Amino acid sequence: MPVRAPFDFTTLTVTDVSRHFGRRKALNRVTFTCEAGHIIGLLGPNGAGKSTLLSILATLASPTLGVVRYGGTTAREAGPAIRARLGALGHDLYLYPELTARENLRFFARLYEVDDAAGRVEAALTRAGLADRGDDLVSGFSRGMRQKLALERALLHGPRLVLLDEPFTGLDDAATQALVARLVALKQEGVIVLLTTHDLDVVDGLLDQVLVLQNGRLVTDERQPATGLRARFRRVLAGEAR
Amino acid sequence: MLKRLFVPALFVAAVMLAVSPLLVARAPLETTMGLVQKIFYYHVPSAMVMFLAAFVCGIASAVYLFGRRPGADRVAVAAAEVVVLFGIIVLVTGPLWARKAWGVWWQWDARLTSTLVLWMIFNAYLLLRKYGGPGSDRLAAGVALFGMANVPFVYWSVNVWRTLHPKTSVVMTLDPAMRPAFWWCVTAFVCLFLAVLAARVRLEEERTRLEELYLQLDD
Amino acid sequence: MAAPGTLRRFLATAWLITRKDITVEWRSREIIYTTVFFAASCILVFAFGFVKDGRPIDDVASAILWIAIAFSGTLALGRTFERERYNETLQALMLAPADRPAIYAGKLAGILLLMLAVEAVLVPLVALLFQAPLFRQPVLLVALLGSGTLGYAAVGTLFAAMLVRARSRDVLLPVLLYPITIPVIIAGVRGTAAAMAPDGGEMARAWVSMLVFFDVVFLTLSLWTFEAVMTE
Repeated sequence: MPVRAPFDFTTLTVTDVSRHFGRRKALNRVTFTCEAGHIIGLLGPNGAGKSTLLSILATLASPTLGVVRYGGTTAREAGPAIRARLGALGHDLYLYPELTARENLRFFARLYEVDDAAGRVEAALTRAGLADRGDDLVSGFSRGMRQKLALERALLHGPRLVLLDEPFTGLDDAATQALVARLVALKQEGVIVLLTTHDLDVVDGLLDQVLVLQNGRLVTDERQPATGLRARFRRVLAGEAR
Repeated sequence: MLKRLFVPALFVAAVMLAVSPLLVARAPLETTMGLVQKIFYYHVPSAMVMFLAAFVCGIASAVYLFGRRPGADRVAVAAAEVVVLFGIIVLVTGPLWARKAWGVWWQWDARLTSTLVLWMIFNAYLLLRKYGGPGSDRLAAGVALFGMANVPFVYWSVNVWRTLHPKTSVVMTLDPAMRPAFWWCVTAFVCLFLAVLAARVRLEEERTRLEELYLQLDD
Repeated sequence: MAAPGTLRRFLATAWLITRKDITVEWRSREIIYTTVFFAASCILVFAFGFVKDGRPIDDVASAILWIAIAFSGTLALGRTFERERYNETLQALMLAPADRPAIYAGKLAGILLLMLAVEAVLVPLVALLFQAPLFRQPVLLVALLGSGTLGYAAVGTLFAAMLVRARSRDVLLPVLLYPITIPVIIAGVRGTAAAMAPDGGEMARAWVSMLVFFDVVFLTLSLWTFEAVMTE
């Protein structure tokens, strides 16, 4: 196999993406662009199509219509190499509760074939604040601890695009602050962070771009949004018409 | 192409099926079995169509799975329903004959059993499509592909296990006087198959179009 | 296509997944214990139907053995993938840049080990309870069990994996799996019966070769279709 430069990109372009389930349009002609070094908030009421969009961006589903480009390349053209540049954290955290924290990280480090797996695993454990609990089973962890571990699991291979589904759920104040700091650090490394959240107070001032989905349509795409997100989007997020 | 076939195929099938009882009645009586053998003129063509439809469904599913062509999926689901439909004809006419010829309604014989297994596979395919939820059309395509690949294995294994049914070579060694009626019926059934398949594919296309219209209405 | 490096990576990924499954199962032993007990219960239920005047009817031991294998195999498949579904970890595996057929192969090897472990308990139990000379031709018996279980698990792993995102998956798995694996069941039952008969060696070998052929065809098909059925 010829040695190729690892696949990379600095923009994410979503063009006219629709996803239909029979008569239902989970996504309806969604178009936007994201850039490296930005934190993008994907907001919207339940059932607006956020999860569907995340799974399309994660290459787990393909759009019915439209195209997603990572840099200039579609997922299909890039093949499995694209997945080495993606990190995703689902609502269900993607961890094996029967394994220890260290085993979970090691398993995924090997699966992603990262260099210096052992070093990265230890660094990740330290960042998650679990250095002394690395050999404990994940099933014994609190939601907050699992959440931190799951995030470091998703970042283990140094992805360019990070997709986080409700990462603030179940975190206490200290953990929330730690997560915000971690996201800012990622942003400075030039990562595209796309996250969904209901907690607008926490992400106020943190986001570089706000996308609002409603009934599968992108109703707002705002760069460098002013603070006071909650006041502006409260009604949309409650599922009311604008 | 299927769409244009519908009218001529239906016409030919209707005329040929209408005439077929005359030909079947005129064909000579089989010496040992007598009148019951006549069911063979409808039973065997149905079985042929059933296997043909299973093959069409398997190929269409492979095209859908790897080529991502939605049209192929419509052909696959139509063909699967034809398998089940003609399977019912085979599985009803077979025992009617068996009762007379063997004295029992059902025998665990090679051909009967493999037909039943094939019929079950395509029922499972339809069940998956109906109850599997969104995305199950792709899963069902995988099942159809496996079902098709399975036919020779089922056939071989059941064959070694048990054989009672008249050999397929019956068709080749048929009394020359019976041949015209038999091949007449085969042609009629194949035309009927094409007509039913075309109608069912067309229905599926209309349904897709309806879904698209609903989607546009939404905009 | 298969450069030596590619094959090595394939095997490394598959082994990684199998080893993870073994570790997880070793910690809880949930699936192995419940499946063995379930298989034993199947045998008990069958005994009431197939033992007459205190003696089992002819050839019934091989039938009971293979039905118990098929039923407990479904249970093991369902439980294994329920575990991957619980925290959406199957999605995490699909997200990794690893070769997807290698992920299939890893899961298959785990299921296979589990089923063979259950069989290690089941075979002596059936031999004992039904006075069956199962060990008359031990090599043939092992060949039948090995090739039959591989064929069953190859189809079962693919179906169970793809049903993870379907509704009614619990009932759909046996509905899809049993008709497709009929040749395995026939070959297993008849082959084992032949291996127990005094002069059935040749017949049993014929069944083994059919099973091997089945394995080759369906393993190839599964590896080939896994990626296609796993992406929406």
